[in-house]
Amino acid sequence: MSETHAQTVAYVRDTMLPEQPPPASQAGVVRWLRENLFSGPLNTVLTLAGVATIYWLVGHYYGWFARSVWNAGSLAECRQIIAATWGEGLSGACWAVIRDRWHQYLFGFYPPALYWRPVLVFVLLFVALAPVLFSAFPRRMLLFSAIYPVLAIWLLWGGSLWPEVMIVLGVVLGYLALRLLEPRLPGFAIFGAIGVALAFWAWGAGPLADALRALVPVSLTPAASDRFGGFLLAITLGVGGIVMSLPLGIMLALGRQSDMFLVKALSVCFIEFIRGVPLITLLFVASLLLNYFLPPGTQFDIILRVMILVTLFAAAYIAEVVRGGLAALPRGQYEAADSLGLDYWKAQRLIILPQALKISIPGIVSTFIGMFKDTTLVVFVGLFDPLKGISDFVRADFAWKGIYWEPYIFVGVIFFLLNFGMSRYSMYLENRLKRDHR
Amino acid sequence: MKTSVFLGTLTAAGLAAGIASAATLDDVKARGELNCGVNTGLVGFAAPDANGNWSGFDVAVCKAVAAAVLGDGSKVKYVPTTGQTRFTALASGEVDMLARNSTWTFSRDTDLKLDFIGVNYYDGQGFMVRKDLGVSSAKELDGASICIQTGTTTELNLADYFKANNMSYQPIAIDSNAEGEQQYIAGACDAYTTDASGLAATRAAFADPDNHIILPEIISKEPLGPAVRHGDSEWGDIVRWTLNALIAAEEYGVTSANIEELSKGTQNPEINRLLGVEGDLGKMIGLDNDWGKRAILAGGNYGEIFAATIGESTPIGLARGLNAQWTQGGLLYAPPFR
Amino acid sequence: MTIASEPPKAGFRLSQLIYDTRYRSLTIQVIVFMLFMAGAAWLVDNTVRNLQVLGKDFNFGFLSNRAGYDIGQMLIPYTNDSTHGRALLVGLTNTLWISFLGCVAATVIGVFVGVLRLSRNWLIARLMTVYVEIFRNVPLLLWILVILAIFTETMPAPNAYKVAPDTGVAGQEMLFGMIAPTNRYTAIPAVEFANSLGAIATPLAPLSLNFLLIVAVLIGSVLVNRRLLARARRIQEATGVRPVTWWQSLLVLVVPTAAVLVALGFHLSVPELRGFNFAGGTNVSNSFVVLWLALSLYTGAFIAEIVRAGIMAISRGQTEAAFALGLRPRRTMSLVILPQALRVIVPPLISQFLNLTKNSSLAIAVGYMDLRGTLGGITLNQTGRELEAILLMMLIYLAISLTISGVMNVYNARVKLKER
Repeated sequence: MSETHAQTVAYVRDTMLPEQPPPASQAGVVRWLRENLFSGPLNTVLTLAGVATIYWLVGHYYGWFARSVWNAGSLAECRQIIAATWGEGLSGACWAVIRDRWHQYLFGFYPPALYWRPVLVFVLLFVALAPVLFSAFPRRMLLFSAIYPVLAIWLLWGGSLWPEVMIVLGVVLGYLALRLLEPRLPGFAIFGAIGVALAFWAWGAGPLADALRALVPVSLTPAASDRFGGFLLAITLGVGGIVMSLPLGIMLALGRQSDMFLVKALSVCFIEFIRGVPLITLLFVASLLLNYFLPPGTQFDIILRVMILVTLFAAAYIAEVVRGGLAALPRGQYEAADSLGLDYWKAQRLIILPQALKISIPGIVSTFIGMFKDTTLVVFVGLFDPLKGISDFVRADFAWKGIYWEPYIFVGVIFFLLNFGMSRYSMYLENRLKRDHR
Repeated sequence: MKTSVFLGTLTAAGLAAGIASAATLDDVKARGELNCGVNTGLVGFAAPDANGNWSGFDVAVCKAVAAAVLGDGSKVKYVPTTGQTRFTALASGEVDMLARNSTWTFSRDTDLKLDFIGVNYYDGQGFMVRKDLGVSSAKELDGASICIQTGTTTELNLADYFKANNMSYQPIAIDSNAEGEQQYIAGACDAYTTDASGLAATRAAFADPDNHIILPEIISKEPLGPAVRHGDSEWGDIVRWTLNALIAAEEYGVTSANIEELSKGTQNPEINRLLGVEGDLGKMIGLDNDWGKRAILAGGNYGEIFAATIGESTPIGLARGLNAQWTQGGLLYAPPFR
Repeated sequence: MTIASEPPKAGFRLSQLIYDTRYRSLTIQVIVFMLFMAGAAWLVDNTVRNLQVLGKDFNFGFLSNRAGYDIGQMLIPYTNDSTHGRALLVGLTNTLWISFLGCVAATVIGVFVGVLRLSRNWLIARLMTVYVEIFRNVPLLLWILVILAIFTETMPAPNAYKVAPDTGVAGQEMLFGMIAPTNRYTAIPAVEFANSLGAIATPLAPLSLNFLLIVAVLIGSVLVNRRLLARARRIQEATGVRPVTWWQSLLVLVVPTAAVLVALGFHLSVPELRGFNFAGGTNVSNSFVVLWLALSLYTGAFIAEIVRAGIMAISRGQTEAAFALGLRPRRTMSLVILPQALRVIVPPLISQFLNLTKNSSLAIAVGYMDLRGTLGGITLNQTGRELEAILLMMLIYLAISLTISGVMNVYNARVKLKER
């Protein structure tokens, strides 16, 4: 072939030229820039605007961050150091306030000797959450998750162990009652179980706890509620609110799905009422009105009152999340449960709820993020939240008067890290669940 | 405490609690702790230090009452209350007494069902402005923006004052003293108004106190005093006479330095009665006879407390003024201990 | 298939209430009802007894007493001689106003950011992601406080605008000669009419006849314009040629309104510094601006995510199908993508609007006098009526929430996929 060709054409290339690189505008950085930043007039304008914004932000704030002071006893000292190091008239960040007061931002006024207790509770939180969130962990660990809340209460507040044991005992008794009554009174066993538990707490728990305390005194140094503050308070309120609201939220969700008109109407009214009013009004109810609704002379710690209202608040949102989970279950699951002859509670417990709750976990995590952010509002009822309560308190000190940005940035970064981590986790979970259903 | 509250919640349903809290004294003794409502943080009057320990002029009253009733001035649980929550906290029984620079007014004493048991600081509402504003009288503040703490008597006084003088102003509502300082320093308001003592405390904390002046006009009477719930006169008597004991102690020259010596007995029967050497005054209010001595020992007499917390040697630097003893031309006048 | 088994004919036994599924739900409901009533009675009884102990009563008479305090920002006339009820109304209108403006701004921000996050522009997409993540994951209260600090710390004081008498130069120039941002408010020009028609006094607020007239003329113009367009469409359908209408529309929309404005002597009143503060214009207080910005930026970040999810939910095939039909990109967006995306976007958008309205109660942090600031704040404090004030405040918030979700649900029902 080539030979014939060689005879007809005067010149034939018989060696390949080396491969040329693509034109400069179509390769490497330039191409990337063209495609991603300057693909059209609009994009070019947007890019330039973006660059200008970044330049302006960095130009304005870089210097401030660069001139950071970590070792100082007061704001005035900070300013002196900045003036001495970088020259007069420059402003800089005074992180010394965080170094000086970090423990208050994290723990409030919790006794420093007992810091290990909240830290331990925080670490154990992950141990307790692991089997709930990751199916790879042994199921046995769920038992630990179940007793974790009570353990956390004991570790945080201290005091005798027995009242906490009584709480567990009440739940166990209620469960036993449920199992015992179920065959005899189908459908009503739940009322009996709740009644038994309440009766035990009302009349049995107190004397029994006292007796046991006298017999085997197991106790930790008590830490009063008014010592709680900062992120310890925010996390306690957030986690406590979500955990305590779960049972109530599930009941409300089931109630809203119920065929019984009255049960449904009451659930809907409660959920819509709570979701219709701002959290801050509920906090005011906790601080101003709750005492009106309880028998005269009942006394409550403000933290517990806030916790109750936060629980009710979270329950309404959890109920909506769980309702979404229930609605997402294929109809066949309900029918399958019915065809097996399971009664309502058995079907819920064994078939519906385990699946519905699994689907609901991302929603519950987002509810928690929202709640956690909202715990900063407790400052308006006189509690020391990390954002405003503790910061105002730090600023009340002569040494740190007039310091604004550093505490806000510090608290904001912690909130961001925690929430961002949780929201990423919830997104990951959502994707995984989606794959499961394909 | 927490556990009893927890179980209390659960049992509350089953209990038909009678009219409780009639006897605050018994409650406090049983609890072993006095719940005292204080400001969330006003330097000099009530503020926690870096370790969360409270101190200040109002706090000293709590300590004295705790010392008189429980024998230990440190057995106080301080409940920080905002302008919003203070009276409800008292009415609901969350606190046993309120020592939170609250103004004694007619409607609070009657309609809000509080009992003010006396006055521990005679105050009045004033204005603070920057020096470079060139204002020397409150009458020149027509059209100014004024920072004002909500939920206090000051906003009513302010409205009345400007109305009476036919002037206008822009109120800038703030929630706490800390926020007021921030706004005022930043120049978001021309003037900051609150009780003159609070202004002095605030100004003292500025980096440049000399650039700010407190205007001479005092536009209201603000007798600040501790309050207790209406309807428990026995408890009210205890708090009232504890305060009076502090004031009387200064008048008779009883100080924490010489009290041990004086309590061995003096020529002055009034001092003897105050310190429980003579007579049975303590029994009459349900305490023992040493109550007065303990109350004074907790933080000193009124003059010592004043000097240590807000007096001229402190950064706040308040003069005694109206708060001097009646013998010194002031208004402090403790009724006789007899 | 008739009934498989006849129900037992035997008379009704009491145990059927428990074991017979036909009656069981009735029994459960009766039990629940009794428990509920018992609980409610318990709460009411406690409240009554507590009120007795405190010697208080439960009545709303305080609403007609003189309020005695001043309010910084108000949309309806109010003085310190007005009643507490009037103060409540001032607070309520303030709440509604900031919620409305906040919803509008948040939607605009959300749509822009949501679309830009999907942009092919690498930098912009990243910047928008950073904005969304930062705002979503940090408490709203922090944003309010930070923006407040920015406003109070970095804006000039009003007297910075003072013209120095010796040089004749102001320390700070006004924007466009008419807007002056300061650290306490932003002074903007006010709208004034030289030949004002006056106002009708209504119990709520005086209703300006000028504005009524302008609105009426505007509505009239829009109606005429719609008829014009309808006529154009008829012609297009009949002949295939659409007549040029843009200049007619412009004429109809602009000329009558402009004529009315000129006739009324419309002009802007520029604020000027008098004494301590600006006067002559409108002073928009910083507490309002700060709260508005914070609410809009915070909620905008959430709405951006909703918009992005809505657009991504529409499968690529829809766009391709529209292109295959020969629709141009703009019409593809407006006729195919948006109507479908809206169906996904609207329900979560409603809940964001509700959140924004509820979050407006954070006005407490900046001293903006919303419903919580007046009724639940100063009024509550001055009268000591916490039970009445807070219950009333919760009911009002509840009513607002239910109204918003009601209105939006009606809209949602209209855009819902019609299944036939």
